[in-house]
Amino acid sequence: MHTPTVEAAAALEPLLPQRYRVTRRCQELADTFSLELAPVDSPLACCGPGQFNMLYVYGVGEVPISLSGHSQDGVGLIHTVRVVGPVTQAMSGLEAGDMVGVRGPFGAPWPLAEAEGRDLVFAAGGLGLAPLRLAIEHVLDNRGRFGSVCVAFGARSPELILFRNILERWRARFDVSVDVTVDCAGADWAGKVGVVTRLLERDDYEPVETCALICGPEVMMRYSAKTLLDRGVPAAQIFLSMERSMKCAVGYCGHCQFGPGFVCKDGPVYSHADIGRLLELSEF
Amino acid sequence: MKRLGRAEFDRLLNALTEVGYELIGPVMRDGAILYDSIAGVRDLPVGWTDAQEAGQYRIQRRDDQALFGYVVGPHSWKRFLFPPNQTVFSARRTDDGFVLETPPVDGVRRALIGVRACELEAIRIQDRVFLEGPYLDTAYQQRRAMLFVVAVNCGQAGGTCFCASMKTGPKAHGGYDLALTEVLDADEHYFTVDAGSPAGKEVLDRLDLPEASGAECDAAAAAVARAESQMGRSLDTDGLKPLLDRVLDGRHWEAVGQRCLSCANCTLVCPTCFCSTVEDITELDGGARRERRWDSCFDGEFSYVAGGSIRQSTASRYRQWLTHKLSSWHDQFGSSGCVGCGRCITWCPVGIDITQEAAALRVADAAEHDG
Repeated sequence: MHTPTVEAAAALEPLLPQRYRVTRRCQELADTFSLELAPVDSPLACCGPGQFNMLYVYGVGEVPISLSGHSQDGVGLIHTVRVVGPVTQAMSGLEAGDMVGVRGPFGAPWPLAEAEGRDLVFAAGGLGLAPLRLAIEHVLDNRGRFGSVCVAFGARSPELILFRNILERWRARFDVSVDVTVDCAGADWAGKVGVVTRLLERDDYEPVETCALICGPEVMMRYSAKTLLDRGVPAAQIFLSMERSMKCAVGYCGHCQFGPGFVCKDGPVYSHADIGRLLELSEF
Repeated sequence: MKRLGRAEFDRLLNALTEVGYELIGPVMRDGAILYDSIAGVRDLPVGWTDAQEAGQYRIQRRDDQALFGYVVGPHSWKRFLFPPNQTVFSARRTDDGFVLETPPVDGVRRALIGVRACELEAIRIQDRVFLEGPYLDTAYQQRRAMLFVVAVNCGQAGGTCFCASMKTGPKAHGGYDLALTEVLDADEHYFTVDAGSPAGKEVLDRLDLPEASGAECDAAAAAVARAESQMGRSLDTDGLKPLLDRVLDGRHWEAVGQRCLSCANCTLVCPTCFCSTVEDITELDGGARRERRWDSCFDGEFSYVAGGSIRQSTASRYRQWLTHKLSSWHDQFGSSGCVGCGRCITWCPVGIDITQEAAALRVADAAEHDG
């Protein structure tokens, strides 16, 4: 019997969400929470690090959210969401047992296979750590396949450090450098203060042999890339995750156009060699 | 090539109705020529024409009784394949969550009467957007599969037409079931008819029309040649894509941004613009549905992400629109996104002209490179 692939099934009704149930809700920060979701009907195709799903809240709307983890059984999805508008506000009120709709997975994942054998620099700003978390975990789980690994994370203030426990766990290892900085802090913070790009000015990676994965606000990504380029990391080895408005995620609502392509299908992960010039244009 | 006399035109329309098609054609309404349901020739704008210029559209009487003696109006056929408003799904609460259902496509087989060459190309362009994946617009696919297209080669061009520049018209090249050319001589009024598909040939066979004579075919070709020589506008596409890539951060956008009202008219009348947004609607009985609506890159909300809109200024929105049409469309779909129909020029309330803007960008680019 011919079994249709999940991609083929998605092609039949690409705009129709599949039903998932919230199995766990975790408050990460004052305005940020994670939902663990399990399929009610047949599960969607495996969503990889850097890809995203469209999450639907009944009657309210749909938003693109990157995958930040898998449940322990590997089938469930973990999405980390910050409250920024009506849909994410409604989503923040969901609890275990509630239902959401999910479409996906969409977009290009982080190029982890290409990065093998290279030194790795992860640069994350704020919620940008969420789409990088699975990529970092993949690298740490397959540590021998990579050169040196450093994680540079910047938050606006100490109480906005996302995944603090996870960062601390990573930092406890002897084979990865984890560095955290905040933009501003009170007297009770003895850690680093300053922009995340400062953390990239370090000597434990060999620039020409480095692959950098960056995710955060666009301005943070632009300057992080600039720092890395100045230090000699080739543009083709610097990857960024772009954010644009998205309504369909399947390439025909037009909202996420970014120059020659669509962020939903050509991105969200791009190499700096492909989009560096576009990043310099204002209001593009 | 067959010959269809003016007096027999209703026979063609009746034949299509008998096969089960709903007829959609040009009608006069609200002082413009629009596309809507028609029953016969009497519903067509017989003896009318349109005069078009930048920011200007007027209906005028012709001194003959031509059936298709005008060019294109504010409507395009996209509204029948990609409706301005469609339901994506409806949702209903259940004891343990909700269920979602996609509504069936209406299933109406439509025959489009009077599709111009530029519009045929626009349909082909939207086919590439919605049908060439990786994800299909299944509703579009179903509507498209049920379509019968009667093309009309243009016998005259309008003041804002530039299909000859975009190489899309004025003569239809494929993509139709039947193609007509209207000929009005001093004492004769007839159409030459050409079948472009098995379905078109079947309809022609039912009509059992005589062959068009050599002279009649010549007269039809002359009518199309006349239209080609009358183009009200032209657009130099030579090297345009690399040129637009060079001027992305130029100053010219500010100048056009000063004039543009960001009203979105150009995108709504454009036969290739495909952007849509969605709106979630809840009913008093607890039901919900998701509607998909035409959207425009000129709308302030269009580029909204958490924290604000990416394209705040009108200049940046105009740059997005023009460079998408004439440049990035090639990257995305392998062709220009402009077919030269001129609608965006005619229906712009301040008369911004894409052909003039492209020419101005060419001048700006040349100046920059000389400097």
